[in-house]
Amino acid sequence: MTDLLTTPLHALHVELGARMVPFAGWEMPVQYTAGVMKEHLHTRARAGLFDVSHMGQVLLRGPEVRTAALALETLVPVDVAGLKEGRQRYALFTGDDGGILDDLMVANRGDHLFVVVNAACRDRDIAHMTRHLDGVTVEPVTDRALLALQGPEAGAVMAAIAPEVAGMRFMDVATVTVDGADLWISRSGYTGEDGFEVSVPDTAAEAFARRLLADERVAPIGLGARDSLRLEAGLCLYGHDIDTTTSPVEAGLAWAIQKVRRTGGERAGGFPGADRILREIADGPARLRTGLLPETRAPMREGTRLFATEDAVEPVGRVTSGAFGPTLGGPMSMGYVPVDLAAPGTTLYGEVRGRRMPVRTAPLPFVAANFKR
Amino acid sequence: MKYTEEHEWLRPEDDVIVVGITEHAAEQLGDIVFIELPEVGTEVAKDDECVVIESVKAASDILAPLDGEIVEVNDALVDNPALVNDDPTGDAWFFKIKPSDIKQMDDYMTEEEYTDMIS
Repeated sequence: MTDLLTTPLHALHVELGARMVPFAGWEMPVQYTAGVMKEHLHTRARAGLFDVSHMGQVLLRGPEVRTAALALETLVPVDVAGLKEGRQRYALFTGDDGGILDDLMVANRGDHLFVVVNAACRDRDIAHMTRHLDGVTVEPVTDRALLALQGPEAGAVMAAIAPEVAGMRFMDVATVTVDGADLWISRSGYTGEDGFEVSVPDTAAEAFARRLLADERVAPIGLGARDSLRLEAGLCLYGHDIDTTTSPVEAGLAWAIQKVRRTGGERAGGFPGADRILREIADGPARLRTGLLPETRAPMREGTRLFATEDAVEPVGRVTSGAFGPTLGGPMSMGYVPVDLAAPGTTLYGEVRGRRMPVRTAPLPFVAANFKR
Repeated sequence: MKYTEEHEWLRPEDDVIVVGITEHAAEQLGDIVFIELPEVGTEVAKDDECVVIESVKAASDILAPLDGEIVEVNDALVDNPALVNDDPTGDAWFFKIKPSDIKQMDDYMTEEEYTDMIS
């Protein structure tokens, strides 16, 4: 077994009573002493602090930021060149067959792009960008932690430390100096709540985290609650809800493909898998990711097979994420079903421990987003 | 009171055995969100899966610790699974079993032996 990587907050997690688990090559806190349920509810009610330093941070530099943006557009079906300075956007690396290689955030930070990718895909994404982005320097950031502060009180907590953030809207990015350290802040997150993701130098990370935790509104939150929060918010987890076998359109992520990259747009196509993806935008995909609400209290976990009727022989789809939603107060899942069975309210059957249990398709998110628009 | 390696506690009560899970098990499982109990009157053999527990993390089974008949189940757990986290060794018992061979109880650990096992 190879040694697990640790984040600059490792000692703090242990001090806070975290249960540490291996995750994508890192030793990460899955929960603290409060437990997943309380951590989840605290984040929805107040503010939760997450260590997401395992995620990959990468800088893209070209002669001009537009050069880097146009180069990145050859790998993602997203309008990067139109992204204004100080703004961030969701994006997807697509493959030649139209599958998804990873999902990412890309920010225009004036003279460069800042990209955040999934931990498990980091090395592959860096190699992918290095190989394909002509004239662009791909610079992995290896000396910064990444924290997220999420929840309805996150804005007030952060503004008490960095007053500049008060004017930031959802998906704005800015550099703010706190205690002599440059923080790269974005108003975004993975919970459906208002909040911030903050890239902070390794050397300043623990002090910054302690400063946030000193505020009585803030509690540390582990990966367990991070997963139930993002699922309630209808957000995809790479490797589960989206992967190389799912297209952005099937995944319900066509909103991330701006008009300028679609058929008839000024920079239409020109990304891997464009034929399939643009065709699916025009004609509709064969299947769709949908929310699923089990009618009993039994959670339908990832891998649960879905059937059109109680006694059908062949499954029509499968669950890609499933858990109990603490805010929802019941079980919730997401999965792929044929388009003709995807209309909200359609009854399907999930096979749980050999028994077919009714489950209804439902719109996402399960819990309404609470962003600062 | 006896204990199994599967972290169940077994408490004799008149001619039946009350079965639940230990505090250690409840803590390891995390927040419990779903419980499915057997039907009263079910005949079970030792090691049959007879209760399903789902926590925020995963599903797990509870095995019948003895041969016998399920004579009572704790329906309160179905509506309030979190009771298992709050009071695992008290109100949150799972079922009562009427053993067909009470000698099977001898196979299980004393409290001291169980405490040694988990420490």
